Amino acid sequence: MPSSASAAVTLPTDEQILIVREFDAPRALVYRAWTTPDLVMRWWSGRRGKMKVAEIDLRVGGAWRYLMEANGGFEVGFHGEFREIVPNERIVYTEIYEGMPDGDSPPALNTATFVEHDGRTTLELLTEVESREIRDMIVESGMEAGVQEQMELLEELAISLR
Amino acid sequence: MARAATTADAFNAVAEPRRRQILDVLSGGERPVNDLVRELGLAQPQVSKHLRVLREVGAVDVRDEGRQRLYRLNGRALKPIHDWVKTYERSWSERFELLDDVLDDLKEQAKGDGGNAE
Repeated sequence: MPSSASAAVTLPTDEQILIVREFDAPRALVYRAWTTPDLVMRWWSGRRGKMKVAEIDLRVGGAWRYLMEANGGFEVGFHGEFREIVPNERIVYTEIYEGMPDGDSPPALNTATFVEHDGRTTLELLTEVESREIRDMIVESGMEAGVQEQMELLEELAISLR
Repeated sequence: MARAATTADAFNAVAEPRRRQILDVLSGGERPVNDLVRELGLAQPQVSKHLRVLREVGAVDVRDEGRQRLYRLNGRALKPIHDWVKTYERSWSERFELLDDVLDDLKEQAKGDGGNAE
């Protein structure tokens, strides 16, 4: 059984990213935390910044938009539209990154699936894009933040060794 | 001087689905080329061509044993790719840790509401 502490990321095809994570909660709660603006405000930015906006019009054709202020002071926005909603089970939605220099990025299609077993929930988040270049760019976006954190950890370590 | 394989080369080498399949098979241990031909269902020249690309970027190593050529995975060459995905994974792990906290609160609330989680 995978540890619930870390997300497993794989690249099933050149155009896909799959994230799998288990949560110690029934799926109705995981679904609620995923789809309720006040709750999304509390987790979606991770440690990379502060959430400023979470708007969710949870119906097919409805729009969503998240805006966070990253630790560097700049704003990062995403928005999209819901394509399919099966309450507590599955949400399919588009996702557009607003920060591209030449306008918005082409939309990615995300499918979030919630499967419950023994009171625990496995979340599978599949991101599908048009090309390997776009997929790699998305993965790359996590890398910048990762490198930043590594530098901070390195600095802490260096200070502790003084 | 031998050309040093760059990270970009390794990325391109493993971008091809058949080559990824070869790496999958080799992740189970060293194998002769005939095994790869059988498992992939490809003709030997095609398999050899893919193996050559993988060797060029250092993703696989080869040695001769008797009349057989044995291929094995070289994890070190693939480490940049592993690291690349790992950092993305870490940013999602951090996000999910905060989601865990939200879920703990929701579970507490559900208890207070008489155990109804819906």
